[in-house]
Amino acid sequence: MSEALLSVQELRVAFHSDDGIVHAVDGISYEIGAGKTLGIVGESGSGKSVSSLTTLGLTRGSRAQIEGQMLFEGRDLITLPDDELRKIRGNDIAMIFQDPLSALHPFYRVGAQLMETIQVHRHVSKSAAKARAVELLELVGIPDPKRRVDQYPHEFSGGMRQRAMIAMALANEPKLLIADEPTTALDVTVQAQILALLADLQERLGMAIIIITHDLGVVAEIADEIAVMYAGRIVERGTTQEIFGAPQHPYTWGLLSSIPRLDSPRGEELVPISGRPPSLINRPSGCYFHPRCPYVRDAHKRVDPRLEPANGSTGHVVACLLEHAVRDRIWDGIQSGRDPEALRRMADASPSPAIPAGATPAAEESDGTDSEPSESRLVESESPAGERLPPTESPYIGPEETR
Amino acid sequence: MARYIIRRILWGIVLLILVSALTFVIFVVFPTANPAQLRAGRNASPAIIRHITVELGLNHSIFVQFWDYMKGIFFHFNFGYSYYSQQPVLTLIADRLPATLSLTIGAVILWVVAGIPIGIISAIKRGTFLDRTAMGVALTFVSMPVFWLALLLLYFFASDIGKFPLLPGANSYVGLTADPGKWFTSLILPWLVLAATQAAIYSRLLRGNLLEVMGEDYIRTARAKGLSERRVIWHHGVRSAITPVVTVLGLDIGGLLGGAVLTETVFEIHGIGLLNFNAINESDFPIVQGTVLLAAMFIIVMNIVVDVGYAYLDPRVKYS
Repeated sequence: MSEALLSVQELRVAFHSDDGIVHAVDGISYEIGAGKTLGIVGESGSGKSVSSLTTLGLTRGSRAQIEGQMLFEGRDLITLPDDELRKIRGNDIAMIFQDPLSALHPFYRVGAQLMETIQVHRHVSKSAAKARAVELLELVGIPDPKRRVDQYPHEFSGGMRQRAMIAMALANEPKLLIADEPTTALDVTVQAQILALLADLQERLGMAIIIITHDLGVVAEIADEIAVMYAGRIVERGTTQEIFGAPQHPYTWGLLSSIPRLDSPRGEELVPISGRPPSLINRPSGCYFHPRCPYVRDAHKRVDPRLEPANGSTGHVVACLLEHAVRDRIWDGIQSGRDPEALRRMADASPSPAIPAGATPAAEESDGTDSEPSESRLVESESPAGERLPPTESPYIGPEETR
Repeated sequence: MARYIIRRILWGIVLLILVSALTFVIFVVFPTANPAQLRAGRNASPAIIRHITVELGLNHSIFVQFWDYMKGIFFHFNFGYSYYSQQPVLTLIADRLPATLSLTIGAVILWVVAGIPIGIISAIKRGTFLDRTAMGVALTFVSMPVFWLALLLLYFFASDIGKFPLLPGANSYVGLTADPGKWFTSLILPWLVLAATQAAIYSRLLRGNLLEVMGEDYIRTARAKGLSERRVIWHHGVRSAITPVVTVLGLDIGGLLGGAVLTETVFEIHGIGLLNFNAINESDFPIVQGTVLLAAMFIIVMNIVVDVGYAYLDPRVKYS
């Protein structure tokens, strides 16, 4: 896409910590066009915030190692000198954060913080900046902005504070707005208002928005495209229709199954994704999702999947080793409420460490899907549910892991 | 706010009366020399001692003595007279206060000017050789007892006994109005001694605060706005990190104005601290009582000042 506003190619961010190297972002690529909305979805620790902070150079430092390319209007944000990048921050690219109370300085008036953003990028008088601050507060729907502009953040309610944060981000009419969990710290009713506000402002001002969240429900309404991140990688990317209509990755299925829905049958339980996100220091071998994937086969513990077109369409890509036909069958099965064991049989899955110990041995024996029953039994007993296999202890160390 | 301040002041007065009562009790309960005998001299007859006892009011019970003392303060603003020199305690304190003020103000300026930049630079250059050196030196100064450092400086630099006689040593203090030049040079060593420990404490405190603040979300916001790193550090970081330091500074000033006993004693500066120290040695109770009250008053006043000031430094703090 030549008209992309921001084009990220093979971005890698690693931090050197006392425990080892944390591979926070591991080779992600995405593009966002002017005026479009991209949702980046994943659990905490999936690298979604780090990748967006890197856009503004906020992860730069002696402990971070950043590779790849981030072209914003043709300029690479990764190699751009600090001074140049500073002119883009808060000006062409602005950011809003999760918790507006801690993200606003407690000692300065809201107006002063707004004016600071304006005056650092524009040579305007104090009174002009203040007038603009009042205008911005009005734009984001804060009542009585003339009075509010002189108040401190602690005098605002949670939703008001987030509106003020948004006003601050919009101060210089950015081309790209990055919203990092903008609604997570807010009440549910306020969440909807803030999302509606963002959508409305986008329509009026025409900026592109990257919205980062752990909640697929948040992006369903406003995103054009969605990228699902897991353990520092994008595991699935497609249009919102594709992700919600025909999701391809087991992790995406997990995220979708854990959204409460009004139209689901009464009494139906939300299905959590078992286990925990993997350590970004000692990552699992093979597919990073395999320790938690119900449909894992032995080969998946060795082979590292690459993003490939999911369905012939080039836009919708997924990094999953299951065959496309199998994935479609499982997703249909999930939607029609088939029991997990039947779904696992569809996938031709090996005994999985993600299944709680003791729940399935008899079923495993009878379904006869294992090609090497004795070996996989051994693996299961060594890795109980949710445990992460450090590469050195794993019997399978694929060539990809030595990278 | 006004109501709050008035309430604090009234409580402060109650506290001062309690401090005074406690000092009385300590003086009576703990063994001290008989002030009347001390005053009468070596070979005084019992009759003279008895006469002096009555004259000083020491024949009354502790309650009557305390009541008389309080009456003197509240109705005549009279803090009693020295057992020895007969001079009013208030006059003695007024004479000594300028020396203590000079010592305190100079030392405060010195340690603020040294400690705060060192703390900020150390935090910014965290983990570098500069930071480690500064914090190592600071730790050394924190660990040094004031009297020991004072003797060390005198041993090296005092004009009378020093190896490198550069500066006036002990007992060289003269008033500012008498001779400003000499006033200044005579105070350099005491200022250094007082400031060394405090500068070390302040730099470590500020460094710790600033490092914590620089990890706050609003610092990330400030960077995301496109502010220069200098502005992020000074306008957003230091502004928050300095607030607790200002609090500690107020309390420290309050403490020092009550007399830097060790420093004043080693350098023989005739300030409140030395006055108090000598009065305790000589069982000159009215002076002890007067200096203790003065020290308590400074601490209480500075506490109020700090709390009120905090409301201006941190808009989230409100008093009612």
